[in-house]
Amino acid sequence: MGKPVISLDQVVIRFAGDSGDGMQLTGDRFTMDTASLGNDLSTLPNYPAEIRAPQGTLPGVSSFQLHFADHLIQTPGDAPDILVAMNPAALKANIRDLRRGATIILDSDEFTTRNLTKVGYTTNPLEDDSLDSYKVHAVALTSLTVAALSNLSLSRKEAERSKNMFALGLLSWMYHRPVEATENFLRAKFAKKPEILAANLLAYKTGWNYGETTEDFAVSYEIAPAKMPPGRYRNVSGNVALAYGLVAASQQSGLKLFLGSYPITPASDILHELSKHKKFGVITFQAEDEIAAIGSALGASYGGSLGVTSTSGPGVALKGEMIGLGVMLELPLIIIDVQRGGPSTGLPTKTEQADLLQAMFGRNGESPVAVIAPSTPKDCFEMALEAVRIATTYRVPVFLLSDGYIANGSEPWRIPEVSSLPDLTVEFAKSQEDFQPYLRDPKTLARPWAIPGTEGIEHRIGGVEKADVTGEISYDPANHDYMVRTRAAKVAGIKVPDLLVDDPTGDADVLLLGWGSTYGPIAAAVEQLRGNGEKIAQAHLRYINPFPKNLGTVLESYSKVIVPEMNLGQLAMLLRSQFLKDVIGYNMVRGLPFTTAEIVQATMEVLHD
Amino acid sequence: MTDVALTKKDFTSDQEVRWCPGCGDYSILSTMQSYLPELGIPREKIVFISGIGCSSRFPYYLNTFGMHSIHGRAPTIASGLAISRPDLTVFVITGDGDSLSIGGNHLIHTLRRNVELKILLFNNQIYGLTKGQYSPTSEQGKITKSTPLGSLDTPFNPISLALGAEASFVARTIDSDRKHLLETLRAASAHKGSALIEIYQNCPIFNDGAFDLVKDNETKEAALLQMVHGQPIKSSTHGLVHKGASLEVVELGSVVESDLVVHDAHNPDPAYAFALSRLTSTGHNHVPVGVFRDVSRPGYSSMVNNQISEIIGKQGPGDLNSLLTSGDTWVVD
Ligand SMILES: Cc1ncc(C[n+]2csc(CCOP(=O)(O)OP(=O)(O)O)c2C)c(N)n1
Ligand code: SF4
Ligand SMILES: [Mg+2]
Repeated sequence: MGKPVISLDQVVIRFAGDSGDGMQLTGDRFTMDTASLGNDLSTLPNYPAEIRAPQGTLPGVSSFQLHFADHLIQTPGDAPDILVAMNPAALKANIRDLRRGATIILDSDEFTTRNLTKVGYTTNPLEDDSLDSYKVHAVALTSLTVAALSNLSLSRKEAERSKNMFALGLLSWMYHRPVEATENFLRAKFAKKPEILAANLLAYKTGWNYGETTEDFAVSYEIAPAKMPPGRYRNVSGNVALAYGLVAASQQSGLKLFLGSYPITPASDILHELSKHKKFGVITFQAEDEIAAIGSALGASYGGSLGVTSTSGPGVALKGEMIGLGVMLELPLIIIDVQRGGPSTGLPTKTEQADLLQAMFGRNGESPVAVIAPSTPKDCFEMALEAVRIATTYRVPVFLLSDGYIANGSEPWRIPEVSSLPDLTVEFAKSQEDFQPYLRDPKTLARPWAIPGTEGIEHRIGGVEKADVTGEISYDPANHDYMVRTRAAKVAGIKVPDLLVDDPTGDADVLLLGWGSTYGPIAAAVEQLRGNGEKIAQAHLRYINPFPKNLGTVLESYSKVIVPEMNLGQLAMLLRSQFLKDVIGYNMVRGLPFTTAEIVQATMEVLHD
Repeated sequence: MTDVALTKKDFTSDQEVRWCPGCGDYSILSTMQSYLPELGIPREKIVFISGIGCSSRFPYYLNTFGMHSIHGRAPTIASGLAISRPDLTVFVITGDGDSLSIGGNHLIHTLRRNVELKILLFNNQIYGLTKGQYSPTSEQGKITKSTPLGSLDTPFNPISLALGAEASFVARTIDSDRKHLLETLRAASAHKGSALIEIYQNCPIFNDGAFDLVKDNETKEAALLQMVHGQPIKSSTHGLVHKGASLEVVELGSVVESDLVVHDAHNPDPAYAFALSRLTSTGHNHVPVGVFRDVSRPGYSSMVNNQISEIIGKQGPGDLNSLLTSGDTWVVD
């Protein structure tokens, strides 16, 4: 009571603990409660590939970062203002990311000699001077939780498990987050386990009260809601937005949605999400491997459904031959690649953009496909609709390149009115005489979508080269040359919106050009650079094959074009080869998104070299 | 559809057939073309999906819907089609290399799921299209282009493999035996889930005579153990008796008719069908033909679609607006 309240414009919090400590759940709940207060926000979950790496070790640390503000923001934030560290490993793994003066809340119970040695601390950081430049709150999180739950008939171990709720309660007090939604969430989650429910609710409350009553926490903070366009909002991750986009596209097209998929991080959540929506007539098929997954999707497309397959890079490698068949059959097909660190198994839970060239060229023969890339978590919704528009209009495989960063990261999303969604209805070939399966629409170059069950248009198709118009097998040299060029021309002719350039003064010399998930860090960097009085233009590619028609002109208008990518320069290679523009690559492949500061610095070097 | 019954001609496409003269694929095609009218299913509701190989050219010659896909993957495409379009009748045409080498994984998983597909495995015990390498069903020691000193691989027995993969219908027949092939196709069509038919198919170019024992007029009557449900299993000279847990081929004169095994294709225990399938593994002296196993199990596509209609029945069809606005939402004015 009566503690002072300080107003802040933004905060970056990182929850870090052992992968068994429930940090992702804690972060998710804090995010939901923050979203409902109307702050703008952006999240970055970061977790190990192992389900449970050995307890208390550095590889076992799982973290969740949340940036929220009273204004619009673009990224989960470069450096946390607050670190919640549930054990010494979490402290050690995260401390170098903190800015000086940051606040650390840690579970002092866990700072035992045994735990400290496990991660290589020779002295206890709570006792030496290594944390002097931080504000440290050493809270006996574990024992306080256990003591609070002593009246419940739980073992000590079970009671300890609620300590993440204690931490959540404490942080909720510190930042004035509402408690009802989390309490309701817990009630629903543990409806069948009353003891565990009671423990979680009590730990949550105790954490809150701890902040309220103890002297250790002298102030609490307020962050006013951000000004956002009016409407109904929710928080979405990229994977959920993508799944919703596919359901919406199915409804808007009147086509049955068929997802063929084989589980792989970080794409599995699309399969999980869509399998919950069977009442939309959605069929989800967990196949025996990635080849069967895309094969079933292509079979469904052939039958007149919306065939989709979701995977990550290693899965794409397996799907190549079937994508080629899709190119030959000229059927709609959507391939979602939620990229992760590669090559091979690489970094399964980390992000990267290194599958661009695989999507473009990773097949035998001249095998053109459309390639698009959402720029933020919420953009995944719109781009899913775009993937469907392109695939069904042009009867072509479409790659949608998401990545681990936007797939798992989340942000507030203004929920669109269903009436505002595009009409995606398609026409199948009708019963007719002398049906020609490869007679093209002169505008789109698409061939008819001629599905089994339609009387009189029975025909045979396949992966062998086909004669123009009739679709019969053809080994004729001139025909092959014509068909190869026609398939390429069809993809090149796909209508995509022009590239928008943000150049407020209109006289910038340098353009920052990104694609896919780098949008957030680039936009944040541009904001900062302009705040510092720099002239800089920004443009972002969501359509990569084909490129927007005005891209060449845009590239010509700037003397220098910087292309930040989480790969060794794959978009840069495409730009150079297609436009002979010597763009400047800024490349990092650390499995992490760019920080704003990195892009600011790289841009400054180009601006002032 | 007109009411006039369809004929063989209606199912024959205008494409020139391009197999080698004398290839066993011709007789299978001809039998299929005359069989299809019997189904009473309109042409447009029938789809043939094949992989790659000589045999996989099959769909081009049938005037139905058809897809000549890629090597080994036909069951995956056919599964997606059959699951999303339960109104269609879908056949898979595949070779021994196509289905048992590169596509082995898909075959076993399709069978265990019991997807409503009729899978015709043209077994010529060789790679035909790539000009004569040994296949996963070639006998050990076989001299081929890629095994000049004889192959070392132990072959698959496709029937045993299918049974091990939980197949609900497994049969064997022979390219040139039109009547038996027809009967087998009928039995497969009557079956609700996956049906695997192994067809012994002669490749006169790269593996001629592989099935002479069961095709030559002098030897076939004695070699073919006819499996007819409810009938004793026997050839013209030999019959099958129980020997412990296993089965044994004996001369007909050495036992009384009532000692012979009476075929039970519906036996729920797959061990019985498996024992039958092993009879060929000791060489080709006696070869069971007919339906090894035909048990009833829900088809995959019907289960998938039932799950959907049940949830719609309970909760009503999905509403997009409710989905988008589900969970924690808030309003900004
Ligand atoms: C991915 C791939 N690998 C290899 C081939 C070459 N190939 C075509 S058919 C075939 C084997 C065919 O044997 P089988 O399935 O027994 O069919 P058959 O020709 O005997 O009817 C091979 C290896 C191919 N088409 N695709
Ligand atoms: S190579 Fe053999 S299987 Fe192929 S068409 Fe010729 S005879 Fe038939
Ligand atoms: Mg073969």
